[in-house]
Amino acid sequence: MQNMTEATWLALQLVLSGDADLLEIVALSLQVSLSATFLACLIGLPLGALVAISRFPGRGAVLVVMNALMGLPPVVVGLIVYLHLSRSGPLGFLGLLYTPTAMIIAQTILIAPIVAALSRQVLEDMHSEYAEQFRSLCLGRWQAMQALIWDARYALLTVGLAGFGRAVAEVGAVIIVGGNIDHLTRVMTTAIALETSKGALSLALALGIVLLVIALGVNAAVQGVRMSAARHAYV
Amino acid sequence: MSDAAFPFAVRASAHETSSRAPLFPLRAADVRLTLGGTAAIDGLNLTLSGDGITTVIGPNGAGKSLLLKMLHGLIRPDTGEVTWGGAPAESVTQRQALVFQTPVLLRRSVAANLDFVLKNRGGDPARRDALLTHVGLAHKARQPARRLSGGEAQRLALARALATDPEVLFLDEPTASLDPASTLAIEEIVRESRDAGMRIVFVTHDIGQARRLADEVVFLHQGRVLEQTQADAFFDGPATDAARAFISGRIVV
Amino acid sequence: MFQRTLCVSFAAIVAASALHAQEQSIIVQSTTSTANSGLYDHLLPIFEEETGIEVNVVAVGTGQAITNAENCDGDLLLVHAKPAEEAFVEAGYGTSRTDLMYNDFVIVGPDGDQAGVGGMSDVEAALSQIAESGSLFASRGDDSGTHKKELSLWEASGVDPSTGSGEWYRETGSGMGATLNAGIGMGAYVMTDRATWISFENKQDYEIAVEGDEDLFNQYGVIPVSPDHCPSVNAEAAQSFADWLLSEEGQTAIGDYAVNGQQLFFPNAPES
Repeated sequence: MQNMTEATWLALQLVLSGDADLLEIVALSLQVSLSATFLACLIGLPLGALVAISRFPGRGAVLVVMNALMGLPPVVVGLIVYLHLSRSGPLGFLGLLYTPTAMIIAQTILIAPIVAALSRQVLEDMHSEYAEQFRSLCLGRWQAMQALIWDARYALLTVGLAGFGRAVAEVGAVIIVGGNIDHLTRVMTTAIALETSKGALSLALALGIVLLVIALGVNAAVQGVRMSAARHAYV
Repeated sequence: MSDAAFPFAVRASAHETSSRAPLFPLRAADVRLTLGGTAAIDGLNLTLSGDGITTVIGPNGAGKSLLLKMLHGLIRPDTGEVTWGGAPAESVTQRQALVFQTPVLLRRSVAANLDFVLKNRGGDPARRDALLTHVGLAHKARQPARRLSGGEAQRLALARALATDPEVLFLDEPTASLDPASTLAIEEIVRESRDAGMRIVFVTHDIGQARRLADEVVFLHQGRVLEQTQADAFFDGPATDAARAFISGRIVV
Repeated sequence: MFQRTLCVSFAAIVAASALHAQEQSIIVQSTTSTANSGLYDHLLPIFEEETGIEVNVVAVGTGQAITNAENCDGDLLLVHAKPAEEAFVEAGYGTSRTDLMYNDFVIVGPDGDQAGVGGMSDVEAALSQIAESGSLFASRGDDSGTHKKELSLWEASGVDPSTGSGEWYRETGSGMGATLNAGIGMGAYVMTDRATWISFENKQDYEIAVEGDEDLFNQYGVIPVSPDHCPSVNAEAAQSFADWLLSEEGQTAIGDYAVNGQQLFFPNAPES
């Protein structure tokens, strides 16, 4: 328990002193995880929408796979991406291993299924309300998908948050493909892992508190947007 | 609703002069539809042609809404066939629109609801304001559609249907849950559309409404058409006991 | 608007990462002890100042470091498992292996010292005693340099710890720091390199129990990855870092590094 008090104090000191290394790590964490969330939404939302409004043979199996992929272990994703981006791997020529780009790729793969599966659920619920009206208006599949995604945008923000939360909190994938290189690929979680392995538990915990505060901030911002949307009955 | 000229070109002459296939006669031939083991539509035959407003009336459960959705193309009959101008209707076509009993409005502003339809159906975006004025919602353009009252929501749904520039407009008890003033407002817009040359098929179980609107009456009972006559003739002297009972407010079984 | 902002920021991110890659830089696949003890934080600024070459350190266990280097994912290898290092060079993955520095391993244990090995300097005898007393022993179990060393010591002591696996012999399968955390958490003896131990901050009631045996000698070596095997390596920059480490200046810098007044690594590069 003494660690906890010490860690809180340390976290406060780190933040208030504007520690340059900490700021760099926080910035990279946000850069990597927000980029991955953005890309995962780019992939996952249309996919979720397509499955939400489509009926085809084998759809049940697709849903099971989509939902199961939400539980992808980060280490496995990291390994798969490593094997592809490694110099001896098929994409080695790109020279992406141990760069933030590699970390973004790994996290995108990790959370795209989360975005797809959760948005599928959100959009399917909304589609059951809109479907007859859309058919009556002779809307095509693409038009319906766009309309659903736009109308569900505030609910989908929460889906994006779930993805972001998973990305910013995971360590297994980024430590393998990023290498936890100081001033290059060190992010909050890999820094926490490193300090833990150095036995600097209070510092590790302090970094954890900072990470928690960042996550709180992002969530509060989204919650603010949602509440203003709710006032307009857009939710 | 407004004194402004009808804000869109109904193709009153379009189906006569254009190369488009004729829509009429619209025919349902021996259609059947079984729902939950009972025949909801039971060998129904109906032919619609010409102009004006046809009201489809009948007691609850007569199959009015199902018939409408079948004509519109949302539901396919188990057996039998719906044809437009002799051609089989495979699905909803672009030349007709339907207003549902409960409008499903997008989670957007009133104006954006119309923009959406105009954009996706290739309409002129500039028509939006005229449509809103036409249904008396111009002052609510920027408000969230889902904050509208029941009557306003239904007027927006009507404007949305009109935005698709339909030659035939189906309405499924659009005023069932509205107050008298809102009901009259809807009826006024429907009449104006008729006067501009649009063919209207209006489902209602409100006899007063049918009297106010109908040029032609189709009386539905137990999934079949019992009567189809001119409105005056129907209300002056219905030919069947069931219709007589319905008009006089007695329960018919 | 929102989407456009996102797009722009994403483009900026990609551009920034691309910029990073263009600088003259090398990747060192390193054992964790050198990184966790802070040695690189001491050495790299000096080297980077002189040459402008950016050195990026990936700190993993020796086993994984060698595998990564074999996959051409590093320009230089800095580890501590001489037989594996020599095999690496022999197989053509590295140009040449050179002794860089040494320190030693120690066995740390809790205050109570259940096995009674405190103060011993015969490591084989101490290990047998730990095994016989049934005291807990936490092993890296991760094919790292330290793990390999530990296994060779068990073999010399005539005890086969795998028979006690899961009972008194606990293989954490983790890095040195994680194994120390785990071992201290369960009251087990742990073998660690001295550098990691000195700079380790979660010692609690643990102290060094066994030290001073010649067999606990811990030699670090440096190997540039061969450009013949990996055409993508930055061979020139890797070689200049290796040369600098082995130079008088680099050796002095290694010897100067201390934590809490204690020297962690002892340079022993062959005189050139």
